[in-house]
Amino acid sequence: MSVSQPYVSVRGMSFSRGDRLIYNNMDVDFPRGKVTAIMGPSGTGKTTLLRLIGGQLLPDSGTIMVDGHNVPTLPRKELFDLRRKKMGMLFQTGALFTDLNVFDNVAFPLRVHTDLPESMIRDLVLMKLEAVGLRGARNLSPAELSGGMARRVALARSIAMDPEIIMYDEPFTGLDPISMGMIVKLIRGLNEALGLTSLLVSHDVEESCAIADYLCLLSDGRVIGFGTPEELINEGNDEVRQFLRGEPDGPVPFHYPADDYRSDILAGVN
Amino acid sequence: MLGKLLDQLQAVGRSGTAAIEAIGRGTLLLKNSLFWGGPGSAGFYDLLKQIYSVGVRSLIIIVVAGFFVGMVLGLQGYNILIDFGSEAALGTMVSLTLLRELGPVVTALLFAGRAGSALTAEIGLMKATEQLSAMEMMGVDPFKRVITPRLWAGIISMPILALLFSTVGIWGGAFVAVDMLGIDDGAYWGNMQASVEFYEDVVKGIIKSVAFGVVVTWIAVYQGYDSVPTSEGIGKATTQTVVISSLAVLGLDFVLTAVMLGGV
Amino acid sequence: MRMRYIEITVGAFMVMGIVALVLMAFRVSGLSLQDAGDTYTIKARFENLGGLTERAKVSMSGVTIGRVTKVYLDPEWYSAVVEMEISKSMSTLTKDTSAAILTAGLLGEKYIGLTVGAEDEYLQTGDWIEDTQSALVLEELIGRFLFNKAEEG
Repeated sequence: MSVSQPYVSVRGMSFSRGDRLIYNNMDVDFPRGKVTAIMGPSGTGKTTLLRLIGGQLLPDSGTIMVDGHNVPTLPRKELFDLRRKKMGMLFQTGALFTDLNVFDNVAFPLRVHTDLPESMIRDLVLMKLEAVGLRGARNLSPAELSGGMARRVALARSIAMDPEIIMYDEPFTGLDPISMGMIVKLIRGLNEALGLTSLLVSHDVEESCAIADYLCLLSDGRVIGFGTPEELINEGNDEVRQFLRGEPDGPVPFHYPADDYRSDILAGVN
Repeated sequence: MLGKLLDQLQAVGRSGTAAIEAIGRGTLLLKNSLFWGGPGSAGFYDLLKQIYSVGVRSLIIIVVAGFFVGMVLGLQGYNILIDFGSEAALGTMVSLTLLRELGPVVTALLFAGRAGSALTAEIGLMKATEQLSAMEMMGVDPFKRVITPRLWAGIISMPILALLFSTVGIWGGAFVAVDMLGIDDGAYWGNMQASVEFYEDVVKGIIKSVAFGVVVTWIAVYQGYDSVPTSEGIGKATTQTVVISSLAVLGLDFVLTAVMLGGV
Repeated sequence: MRMRYIEITVGAFMVMGIVALVLMAFRVSGLSLQDAGDTYTIKARFENLGGLTERAKVSMSGVTIGRVTKVYLDPEWYSAVVEMEISKSMSTLTKDTSAAILTAGLLGEKYIGLTVGAEDEYLQTGDWIEDTQSALVLEELIGRFLFNKAEEG
């Protein structure tokens, strides 16, 4: 589980939401320059992990090192600087600003954080849009985009400032096969071309295995498997295998805990 | 039975602490968004856009309401004063009622319903579609960018709207009094001028409406920001904005009126 | 294009607010431009204020020429002292001017009515009005009425 030169390194991290303990003393490393897919059953808190890494949530204890910075301890200004310079995040719905068109959405971080003249910003925006194949859509409003297109625009926006790490929150969910193919190509392509570290949260086993260099399986708030897709499929333990093969019953049981079936049914008879 | 009573008590206690927590979070929100500045924060044009959205677009309802309220005041006031032979005081009555009370209060209530609920829904929707989160992750403070201009737009718009309400109302009352009921034009305006004091009545009315502007906009913006990011959550938050800010305005009105009349 | 529309309407909105304020100031509240002008202060002593408060009007022949600025009890003389500011345009009040606390209308507020006398010298800042008439207190009136009635019958 420890990788040489990880970009993100989590140690002893615990996080609870209300009474529920979501992460308990977790350790995990995410390798630099690689695509790592974070997978697990619904509700284990995969998205929460991304928010913790991005500093939107504070863990109860432990450290989260992102490129050498301990995120939970960063004061507000430094945290915002870190996000501005190094992080990009793609939300499940794209989260485009509905009051701006495609061009302005992608230009937003550039206009806000840099003093570049409009002509330069225009070039940069067009380059980013070209990379995701939507340069021609630059004047559309977010309401006019399909789900897949919106996500691609959001992707262009998240690479606008040339980050070092991009986090994808369920990038495949709800897309048709063609759009999914486009996103897959882009995630992989951008990772290579820009030397990014990519973390993607998904429960789509097939696509994740196809593009990820590493898989990180979470369940019950801890890492139950970390390795390349081949390693985990072949060697993984029962939990890992159930998840990767999509078996309906196994360590995660089919039946929600209930009383004895026979007595439950017969109780209604009398 | 005792158990049920204890449960009820517990529920009351819990809602009490929830209310206190909400006030705490609301105060933090105010602290974070009252001042301008910071990366990506809103600019002057954003303020203008918000004043348009919140103030200019409330104009019609405020002006129409003000006119009707003024006319009703004229009618009712006439009915009451005629019994005392004091119908000449109608101008005074209409203008003082509007400037001191109805102008600021009714405007605030209408504003809460129209602009307040719109603000809550807008911010709630931005939260639900993760736009606020996306801003954060881009290193932009969503408070400064989204909330600050809306907050100040409300604070600026409210006194203007209240003043317009009162103005239109006074002329509405004049229309009823002079044109419909036949009261002497000079009596209506002359007595009014003699009794209405600029610093006492007009300015204090403005102070009230600024206070109401802060309260209503703050509540509206907070409810939107704190809403559960689902469609029911936003619906509930919008309703709460209208209810809570209306009650807050009425309560604050009592406090301010008592201070303004009791003290000096 | 859209921005321009917004700028224009918001500008109009603000202007409307200012116009309303100006209307309020002059048409509704009768604020006059020379209101915060030069004034001088004179004082008067009364047995009973009867509800006269600060900011009450001071008028002569029905015309407002000033305002009550301070009201307090004189601990030495055990009487109420009223300080009022009179507009400098009325600086020809004779030294024997009298001041009475009157009621505006039947149930109205109390104000001070001044009546000039016949002397040659005028009141200056800080002077006292000697001839004062306190407010009519209802209970005293009733008491006097009953007393008179009792005397007759």
